[in-house]
Amino acid sequence: MFKILQKTIATGIVTTNYPNEPAQLSDRFRGRPHFDFEKWTDARPAAEVCPTGAISVCDESETRRVTIDYGLCIFCGLCAEASVDQAVQITQEFELASEGRRNLILTAEYTLNADGTHRQLAPVRKGSGNVEASVESVGQKAREKIHKLLRRSLAIRQVDAGSCNGCELEIIALNNPVYDLERFGIQFVASPRHADMILVTGPVTRNMELALLKTYQAMPEPRLVVAVGACGISGGIFGKNYASLGGVDNVLPVDVYIPGCPPRPQALLHGILLAVGRLRERLYDERTC
Amino acid sequence: MTQPISGFFESLQQKFGAQIQSMSAEREEEVYLLVGDSDVRALVEYLRTEFEARLVMVFAEDRRSADGVFFNYYVLERKGDPRYLIVRAPVRADHPAFPSLSAKLPAVNWQEREIQDWFGLKAVGHPNPRRVALHDNWPDVHPLRKDFPLETVLPPFEGERHIYRPALGEGVFQVPVGPVHAGTIEPGHFNFAVAGEPILYLQLRMFYTHKGTEKLFEKLTIPKAVFLAESISGDSSFSHGTAFCQAVERAAQMEVPLRALVVRTILLELERICNHVADIGAIATDVGFVVANAHASRLKEMLVGLNEKLTGNRLLRGMVCVGGVRRGWDAVQLVSLRAEIDAFASEFQDLVALIDSSESTRDRLEQTGLLRPEKAKDLGIVGVAGRASGVDLDVRRDHPYAAYGRYSFHVPVYQVGDVNHRMQVRVDEVKESLGIIRSAAEESLHGEFRAQIPPIPADRCALSAVEGWRGEIIHWIRTGPNNHLERCKIKDPSLSNWPALVEAVQGNIIADFPVINKSFNLSYSGTDR
Repeated sequence: MFKILQKTIATGIVTTNYPNEPAQLSDRFRGRPHFDFEKWTDARPAAEVCPTGAISVCDESETRRVTIDYGLCIFCGLCAEASVDQAVQITQEFELASEGRRNLILTAEYTLNADGTHRQLAPVRKGSGNVEASVESVGQKAREKIHKLLRRSLAIRQVDAGSCNGCELEIIALNNPVYDLERFGIQFVASPRHADMILVTGPVTRNMELALLKTYQAMPEPRLVVAVGACGISGGIFGKNYASLGGVDNVLPVDVYIPGCPPRPQALLHGILLAVGRLRERLYDERTC
Repeated sequence: MTQPISGFFESLQQKFGAQIQSMSAEREEEVYLLVGDSDVRALVEYLRTEFEARLVMVFAEDRRSADGVFFNYYVLERKGDPRYLIVRAPVRADHPAFPSLSAKLPAVNWQEREIQDWFGLKAVGHPNPRRVALHDNWPDVHPLRKDFPLETVLPPFEGERHIYRPALGEGVFQVPVGPVHAGTIEPGHFNFAVAGEPILYLQLRMFYTHKGTEKLFEKLTIPKAVFLAESISGDSSFSHGTAFCQAVERAAQMEVPLRALVVRTILLELERICNHVADIGAIATDVGFVVANAHASRLKEMLVGLNEKLTGNRLLRGMVCVGGVRRGWDAVQLVSLRAEIDAFASEFQDLVALIDSSESTRDRLEQTGLLRPEKAKDLGIVGVAGRASGVDLDVRRDHPYAAYGRYSFHVPVYQVGDVNHRMQVRVDEVKESLGIIRSAAEESLHGEFRAQIPPIPADRCALSAVEGWRGEIIHWIRTGPNNHLERCKIKDPSLSNWPALVEAVQGNIIADFPVINKSFNLSYSGTDR
């Protein structure tokens, strides 16, 4: 007993201050790839190397449509390596959670050149992929709908609907002393009957579809569904096939999507807080001061 | 197998006549033996008894379009010989059946049934031929046949659900658990038959997370498939990624720069330590010693932070590539590596001392979840679980890869086979891994870290093995045209080790199941693919 106390005191407090302070990230951390659509002259090399098809190029006669889907992105960084014109840069942004699947998708339309490269035609669609805007709208919605009901506590039931277990490792890390999810009054519960939210990792396999549905049906209203990771959002690298149904929203209505492969614990925390509208207060405070 | 190949071949020919057709060594460590028909029972028995060979894995391949047959492959190894012997046995397309080995070799029970489910080849004489890899309510399809498209949309499942064997007797009842479990873990179904508290019998139903991975490998280009390999089992991303890249490198007969091999070795060991320390904490938690887990998970967090500094990803993803690694390390990374390994080592010692100081913890772990060495051998148990039960196997030592040949390390083996010793193997291995990392970090890491990839010729076969933190990971590939694969077989150690859990829980109380399960900590996704 004495040894346990001694070790505890010697260790001190290790809990991070995120989200009140920025997350400590290493220089090499690969977050959201940023696309400089003005500068980008050829999206094909990036699209070609992308393992999940998160970057796609569709040419029609004189025009080219380039689509970036952060819901498919596994943050491998190959697109930045493949783009010769430095138009793709890997940033350290990880707070990418969003309430709408469409918010994770960017499109740009270009005029095709004869040599297969392109020049910009139309500006990037506004309101899509704009993380800050989506945070605000989710925050408002969640605040109105849920915050009142849940007050300051949230019970989460995690469901692995077919993941590789990578997302689970990061979800488990939320409970470690460094991230300590319980400091927000958020806890993981064993039964869906006690849960306000299910945190679902995917892709949803055919064999897990029924179990996922039953888990959802066992939850009391109001209930939130959060899809975690590239696979949970879109099927990720597995996509849809004879054994996989793809993203969670093919089976359940999803409230918040958290990109990543897997999302780091702070990204999960960001997404979870987003879902309960807690984050809006923080953003509001920052803007007013 | 230790003798020169020609002599070995002749002795087999004398014994088995026309059944032995040809022998070729695609590489020094990989010898293929083509036999005349699918009945390899006598041959495998002979190799096992006369040559003390171990059957490592069994898998199939659809070669109907090229060779007019299916092939079954039986991979064997023997102690002290770095070569793998791979018996290639044709299975006729017009008579899709092969004699089963499972009655004598329970180790291949699930693997033969996988071949039945995925290829539609009947394992004749299998003692329990029910479906395993496709659930009972699936339609009659065989997804790994070449004429089954990956994107096939199957109708809603309507067949009969799996019927568990009844457990009968006064006071005996069954407790179904899963596939959705109470904690944050992967899905699988456990059906316990209990008499009061003690468990009489456990039936497992896995493959809930089957997502067509082996089939998907046939669709992706090789550089993209590396990322799929990293997603086979999330906690073994780097080991599976490395196993896959090694297989491709062997097929392409390319040299990987030493610098990359050393980096891979360091990262493979970091992955091992991360998982071992997390498991040690989780075992402590499952017997109520939560403070130890708080420390263990803090230590794991230190290491995943280091992972990110070294590779840009906390799970080491996106680092390994065909030909080497994607990033080199300069002084900055090496300084953090050495410093953090030292800090970790001293903290780890404290953690072990803390757990050792708790007699009530040890009391719960000792003699719990026993897996006797003879059972472990019969069931073909590998990795940590095997080494805790007398199975002295370690790919790093037996078939050296990456830079393991350059460092000395000890492979801990115990005979007791309880939860305590499965934890002890992990404690010992963490210490050995720290030694390997320290030696490797001393090497001067200069020069290329990534080799140019030559065009990868079609129709080359290659086997690659990696000692993941859980145990022996094997990838076998056949290359195809245009930088694609014809077949990629993956064997995660979990597939071999689930039957060990069934064995180990018998007679234990149901309340000890979590800690017994955690002491194996098998991958569902790695099993189900």
